[in-house]
Amino acid sequence: MLKIVSAVIGRDLKLAMRRQADIVSALFFFIIVVSLFPLGIGPEPDLLRKLAPGVLWVAALLATMLSLPRLFADDHRDGTLEQLALAPHPLGLVVTGKVIAHWLVSGLPLALIAPVLGIQFDLSADALLVLTGAILLGTPALSGIGAIGAALTLGLRGGGVLLSLLVLPLYIPVLIFGAGAVDATVTGLGGEGHLSLLAAITFASVGFAPWATAAALKIALE
Amino acid sequence: MIHWNSFADFLAMGGYGFYVWGSFGATALIMAIEPIMVARNRKTTITRLQRQMRAETRAENRNTAE
Amino acid sequence: MKDRFNLYRFASPATFYPLAGTLIPYFAAISVIFGLAGLYLGMLVAPTDFQQGEGYRIIFIHVPASWMSMFIYLVMAFWAAIGLAFNTRLSGMMAQALAPTGALMAFLSLWTGALWGKPMWGAWWVWDARLTSELILLFLYIGYMALTAAIDDARRADKAGGLLLLVGVVNVPIIYFSVKWWNTLHQGSSVNLTKSSMAETMLWGMLLMAMCFWMYSIAVALMRVRTIMLERERNTDWVKAELGGQVAGGKK
Repeated sequence: MLKIVSAVIGRDLKLAMRRQADIVSALFFFIIVVSLFPLGIGPEPDLLRKLAPGVLWVAALLATMLSLPRLFADDHRDGTLEQLALAPHPLGLVVTGKVIAHWLVSGLPLALIAPVLGIQFDLSADALLVLTGAILLGTPALSGIGAIGAALTLGLRGGGVLLSLLVLPLYIPVLIFGAGAVDATVTGLGGEGHLSLLAAITFASVGFAPWATAAALKIALE
Repeated sequence: MIHWNSFADFLAMGGYGFYVWGSFGATALIMAIEPIMVARNRKTTITRLQRQMRAETRAENRNTAE
Repeated sequence: MKDRFNLYRFASPATFYPLAGTLIPYFAAISVIFGLAGLYLGMLVAPTDFQQGEGYRIIFIHVPASWMSMFIYLVMAFWAAIGLAFNTRLSGMMAQALAPTGALMAFLSLWTGALWGKPMWGAWWVWDARLTSELILLFLYIGYMALTAAIDDARRADKAGGLLLLVGVVNVPIIYFSVKWWNTLHQGSSVNLTKSSMAETMLWGMLLMAMCFWMYSIAVALMRVRTIMLERERNTDWVKAELGGQVAGGKK
């Protein structure tokens, strides 16, 4: 079982490394969106500190959306996906591997760059730590839930916009608990409660979403 | 039984007239327009399908004549 | 055995189409009767609310619209589950026929909520847990309709839409819980749109209006499903007979 998952992760990572430009541009999208907010709102540190969790999280959701349409599209185009669907091992496992690989190239870089952007918003060291932890914990759920949307919109015209229409409402709990954890740390309430709920959502969605995604892929391939 | 003293009272809704009638008006409007739209959509669908059907039978007749 | 047979019979579009046709006027009539009775009780008989004055009368449509918006989503998810489990044609059509009505109900709930909020809260829009969840529900409806509209193949549209509905229905409680949590942390407004202590006439008025909305939704959804059936089954004999009859009727 683990073999299949790790084989898919290895393959997807290798493919992603050949297209590093995509990873870098999603990352820069994140940086630019976050940096635009102070320019739109003004430089008052108090205001920025209050807005930072929400701004960083919304930008993280949007940056994750950017790479989602590609999740299955390339494999679909060259026929790999059909082969994987016909293979004897369950498609859900393959999707789990693809979701983990997607997180490694899209979610993980966001978590690594987030504390640097948090400094722009004058966040304290505690808040920066919680922010990084929350993004690390929450982005796997974004990849998992997003995979369902990517599979449902596979090969459709206007797929990218449609995908965000389907997936963004489902991201709301992650946004609330992710931004809430940082917010609670900033206001001194402690973000542990938020973080544990975020972890619960991530475990549930990484566990279940690949199977729903596999069902959606089978529908799309029929 | 009737709560209101006059029709003007009823319309005024104790000062909330705009909000109450704004709500009821929008609901009435939607509940009137939605069935009309559905019925019109049904009519256009039927005429379109009938046109398609006639075109198909005409094509079939031409084929058999040849 | 006989029950099963009947169910399968009605699940076939050829039998369901005329059945729906005869049922629509009844549902429409019942809806009008309930609506008139509910409006009479709610608008003419029910007393003034001691806290909210006459403005509370908005609940006679706000609450039924909110209930229907949630209920229709559940019904759609139910049809989606049936459709994915038993591969029936009718269930996907029913889900698609219900979606626009559900979205309109969600919209009405938001509209009336805003008109209620302005005099009571002093703002058209307050990020109250219920209103926010209703807004997200409207987004879910829009997502479903956009997805089914984007897929040309009817069978794939039904199945993909059905899967989205099931994912959505699992998420709705999580979304509602998270919005509620978020709202209590950020100190939401304390005045509630619905109150527990309600005069009996008010409650009856609300229930009658809810029945009116329910019957209305059924009638409109049946009207819509009939059109969808004609479109989907246009190559079958029964649709050809149906359309042929319509031509003859038109020429009379």
